[in-house]
Amino acid sequence: MVTANTELGYNSKVEGGVIVSRADAAINWIRTNSMWPMPMGLACCAIELMAVGGARFDIARFGAEVMRFSPRQADVMIVAGTVTYKMAPQVRRIYDQMASPKWVIAMGACASSGGMYRSYATLQGVDRIVPVDVYVSGCPPRPEALLDALMKLQSQVRREPATRRLLSA
Amino acid sequence: MSADLVSTLQARFPRLAPRPSGDHPAVNAPLEDVVPLLRCLRDEHGFDLLTDLTAIDWSPGASPRYTVVYHLLSTSRAGAYVRVAAPCAGTEEAPVAPSVTSLWAGADWHERECFDLMGVRFEGHPDLRRILMWDGYPYHPLRKDFPLAGIETELPAEDVAAETGTRVVAAPMAGGPFVASPGEINLTEAEPRAKDESWSDRAPQPGHTPLRLVKE
Repeated sequence: MVTANTELGYNSKVEGGVIVSRADAAINWIRTNSMWPMPMGLACCAIELMAVGGARFDIARFGAEVMRFSPRQADVMIVAGTVTYKMAPQVRRIYDQMASPKWVIAMGACASSGGMYRSYATLQGVDRIVPVDVYVSGCPPRPEALLDALMKLQSQVRREPATRRLLSA
Repeated sequence: MSADLVSTLQARFPRLAPRPSGDHPAVNAPLEDVVPLLRCLRDEHGFDLLTDLTAIDWSPGASPRYTVVYHLLSTSRAGAYVRVAAPCAGTEEAPVAPSVTSLWAGADWHERECFDLMGVRFEGHPDLRRILMWDGYPYHPLRKDFPLAGIETELPAEDVAAETGTRVVAAPMAGGPFVASPGEINLTEAEPRAKDESWSDRAPQPGHTPLRLVKE
């Protein structure tokens, strides 16, 4: 006679405080819930980025409140503002200095596409120099839009094959 | 008062000519008179603040091609403001004007900006470098013969250019910035970008990473 096996799943009597999961799920759980941003504030979008860090919008709810001004300690670069050609090499170098795994959010129209600056001085989208994971529309975007972008990035990171990448690296 | 000022100056500098102006007095001066004239205005007429220093490009082939304009304000007399314009010497490629950093230390960055964007060489400037564009940029972007979209050149950093394959490219102008097509029902096609000839769905943006859509 077949009965429902009530012993499967978590049972502290059987397993003694051990939880079985996939390595990917564990690694991605750690990564998604403490993404330390590298605030690449280049223009007015940076003001909205500051609002995101403030009490009203509170990016700390998503574990990303620790703005790291050192790229070595940052996980996600938030490019907030107009990237000029003069600044572009510096943005790329700071991205290069970030430790893997690393992600990029292009915040606002300028970072995504050059925005209204169709001119000789402006890089037409930061994706020309760094790989962008999430683009945020708006000029500047509302703080909610950046929080949404962070949540989108988190859901993207949750699906990453972290273990395979770690082993193949 | 404005007529007084111009005639007083003309008595001292006979080669001055009044410059048509809608508001404040303005004079045209030959380039050699600029520094003594500005010193006279500063020391004897109370124009102690150089509020701006710019240049006009009268377009290629014009003579003179460039005119430098000095904007002076008096902080002691309310509303006292005067402009001095002088045609540049030198060639079309390398116009020359005297530096007034000896009169106003603040002229330093104004002259650097004017050099950067217009290419006017200020003789006697202590440190005439570019101030907005990067060192080594080959053009002067505010000249009339420079297109707004820009001219394709190398990125300022060779290592980054080699790694990313990115160059300084002409920006998409779409028949002029911010000009939407009137009467278009489809807003996507009305956008300035839809008229873009530099890149589109058919001709992809050079060096562009394809958009990775994030799905829930």
